[in-house]
Amino acid sequence: MNKSIEEHLRRLEAESIYILREAYANIDPLVMLWSIGKDSTTLLYLVKKAFLGRVPFPLVHLDTDMEMDEVYAFRDWIAKEWDFDLTIEHCPPESEMDPTLPPASRAAARKTQGLKNLIQDGKYEGVFLGIRRDEQSMRAKERVFSPRDNNGEWNFKDQPAEFWGQYKTDFPEGTHIRIHPLLHWTELDIWRYTQLENIPYVPLYLARDGKRYRSLGEKNITFPVDSNADTLEAIIAELEETRDPERAGRAMDNETEDAFERLRASGYM
Amino acid sequence: MTAQNTQQLPIVIVGHVDHGKSSLIGRLLYDTQSLPANKQKEIEAISSKRGMDMEWSFVLDSFQAERDQAITIDTTQIWFKTPKRSYVIIDAPGHREFLKNMISGAAQAEAAILVLDAKEGIKEQTKRHAYLLHLLGLKQVIVAINKMDLVKNDEARFNELSKDVSEYLASLNIFPTAIIPISARQGDNIANSAEKSMPWYKGHTIVQKLDTLTASAALIEKPARFPVQDVYRFDERRIIVGHLDSGRIKIGDKLTFSPVNETATVTTIESWPAKAEQTEVEAGQSIAITLDQPIFVERGHIGSHAEDAPMLSNVFRMHLFWLSDKPLKVGNVYKIRLATQEALATVQAIEKTIDTDDLKSSEMGDVVRNGVAEIVFRTRDMLALDPFSDNPSTGRCVIYDGFDVAGGGIVSMEGYADQRMAYVQRPKNIYTVEHLIPHEERAQRNGHKGAVFWFTGLSGAGKSTVAMNVERYLFDKGYNTYVLDGDNVRHGLNKDLGFSPEDRKENIRRVAAVSGLQADAGLITITAFISPYREDRESARALTPDHFHEIFIKADLATCENRDPKNLYKKARAGDIKEFTGISSPYEEPDNPDLVVDTQKHDLQTCIQQVADYIESHVKIADIKTKKISNS
Ligand SMILES: Nc1nc2c(ncn2[C@@H]2O[C@H](COP(=O)(O)OP(=O)(O)OP(=O)(O)O)[C@@H](O)[C@H]2O)c(=O)[nH]1
Ligand SMILES: [Mg+2]
Repeated sequence: MNKSIEEHLRRLEAESIYILREAYANIDPLVMLWSIGKDSTTLLYLVKKAFLGRVPFPLVHLDTDMEMDEVYAFRDWIAKEWDFDLTIEHCPPESEMDPTLPPASRAAARKTQGLKNLIQDGKYEGVFLGIRRDEQSMRAKERVFSPRDNNGEWNFKDQPAEFWGQYKTDFPEGTHIRIHPLLHWTELDIWRYTQLENIPYVPLYLARDGKRYRSLGEKNITFPVDSNADTLEAIIAELEETRDPERAGRAMDNETEDAFERLRASGYM
Repeated sequence: MTAQNTQQLPIVIVGHVDHGKSSLIGRLLYDTQSLPANKQKEIEAISSKRGMDMEWSFVLDSFQAERDQAITIDTTQIWFKTPKRSYVIIDAPGHREFLKNMISGAAQAEAAILVLDAKEGIKEQTKRHAYLLHLLGLKQVIVAINKMDLVKNDEARFNELSKDVSEYLASLNIFPTAIIPISARQGDNIANSAEKSMPWYKGHTIVQKLDTLTASAALIEKPARFPVQDVYRFDERRIIVGHLDSGRIKIGDKLTFSPVNETATVTTIESWPAKAEQTEVEAGQSIAITLDQPIFVERGHIGSHAEDAPMLSNVFRMHLFWLSDKPLKVGNVYKIRLATQEALATVQAIEKTIDTDDLKSSEMGDVVRNGVAEIVFRTRDMLALDPFSDNPSTGRCVIYDGFDVAGGGIVSMEGYADQRMAYVQRPKNIYTVEHLIPHEERAQRNGHKGAVFWFTGLSGAGKSTVAMNVERYLFDKGYNTYVLDGDNVRHGLNKDLGFSPEDRKENIRRVAAVSGLQADAGLITITAFISPYREDRESARALTPDHFHEIFIKADLATCENRDPKNLYKKARAGDIKEFTGISSPYEEPDNPDLVVDTQKHDLQTCIQQVADYIESHVKIADIKTKKISNS
């Protein structure tokens, strides 16, 4: 790997570790969501780096029971291999969701509700999430420490100022903070870092029969894209060239102009 | 924490509302084929749905509210690359309502493009944003004069605006790397040069110019600053973690932790997964170390090498921007964070508020939302800090009010002393050798406490006259008191000293030490020295912080020169005396003296009485204590 690329990855790594440690020093109790995808697995790996091999807060998989088989298999294998406690939280059924949402968004809303329940039950004040700015233009406007109100809602029109590595760590009771240690990373950074550090990943990201997944979501609303990238090197080479957006295969982003805004405002990750 | 990046340069786009910042970025991405494949179609559809032509700003403005009002609300980031390197482009809102979002974006950048509407010219936020760039320490600025299509690509208009904007920027010490006429709408001089529409312009396009910017020099060569984030005790070891903001640390280095001044040697550098032994870490890394001794270290302490330690002070000046609806006022107390240190700070003085429009400063008033100002903060405990110009890591702080960030600013220590020596010596030299006579007992026998009343003021202001008269007055009333006077001390104790700044400093240091001892011995000590430097007076205060009173003997220069009792001003004017305070050497008025005695306004008798009353009320023994001691 090119030296300046490695340097760049090390800076991102250092910054993410700094963020993880800031949260750990200032907010309690904390919880981390692990969706088993490339980002949150990278985040989990960074947690182990930050805390020298440990995961000092609960790790939760919000399970819609709709993930792909390979995802479940990978989850159970890693949990054993890395030896951490994983809590599996099942999300409420689709029939309980807001019927005015477009269908794929309704499926995503199950996760939002699952997350709300988790936070309420655990009285968590901070939730780690592996979202990135470059995934989606709404996420591009996020803060690293992003407050949510009593209903878990995101007041995106009035976000706190955030600069110089000083974050918002005080907030009224009943509200919580979403912490985004990977916010500055790009999809390409994630794969290059995965390669650099030899981090395991779900094999669905690799092309089979001319198709691969760039983003993993629920079975019924996530689709593979055309690709022949069947190795990590090939994925990186593909991303260096492509102009296709990462989440093109995620139906919920693309149903209406404001679909993702509504999802996120109401508390989706 | 300070991030640095050579591979990817973060650039912020700033300027007044509607001048075309978001459009410039949208166009930049389009012209360099960096937009996602479907994005152009999507933006076209969204624009026509709103009855608009292609609206490039929608690439960035993703909120519905932003698109509906055609305004940027929050900052956003987007990636883009040229053959030379990649960039993070940070879009900032121009509306004054969203200044906090502009700062959140701009604080992450290493360079800026200041966008200006060719038709509207320089507006309020153009100036405010430029000022904030200056305050954030951003030196590399490209000016883009946009919407040239609206002024018929007129060269004269461009030249006129270039001149205006350069003049304003120069007054902030910003010298733009280029001023480029562009049209975001037409795509002129962004990625493609506008030979057709602006043949008179021979300079670079925006993209060409971006490639000439440099990433700021790494902080590796600066003294080490290691703000401690946490101490982990996962097993028997104590692992100290934090982001190394500047410098280098090696195994075997002696590290001093401030403000507690505890020192120990680095034994290991920890990592997971375990690496082949790492012996050195450098700025920009998040590190974990162990020490050879179980010294007291916790979150907030700053690790450094002993010989290059940060300053210690509980008073410092801040150049700040204010974001909260509630004004910043003298006397208000705020939570501040400086590196990982957290402290309560009181606003001791607002020295000036600055109007970013004309850069005029005034001494009056509170600091209101979106304002900039210079203030003095005082904290109860010592903080480890550096002037921002020396080290950004420990040279800037964020101010919180309630749950929210209310402002931020950079530290200046001009006029304030490093209190490390005083701070270090106090516990070691004074408290370790205990007298067998407690202060209370001494005070009891004397009938009053000992204290230092430190006069400061110009030559001829009346320091000696007032001091000697007060001494007589107090003595007659039965107090034990003694005046240390400038001329007398210079005949003996400080015979070896002249009037250079260093010698004046040493003069005051010795006088401060002697007056501290006199006060300790129970004397009401009055000092009558010009003591022109704020910094020296602050160090004097640091020696006896609990019973030190700064008294400003006030008269303006003209009055003093007129009085000229010793003919010194005349000689100074004639050049016969060098380094004479007020004439050829500065006098720094006290920020917040405990007492001001105006000898210009009041006659001598009034002044004497004013000081005597003040002293008497401050050396009284509390009644309860008197009883307790007399009963025992
Ligand atoms: N004629 C002309 N119009 C332009 C040009 N650049 C931008 N505009 C228009 O100016 C208006 C404001 O553009 P924006 O890009 O939203 O301005 P902004 O600086 O990002 O505004 P805020 O982010 O809200 O401060 C839009 O209607 C644009 O279409 C240009 O080069 N020529
Ligand atoms: Mg804009």
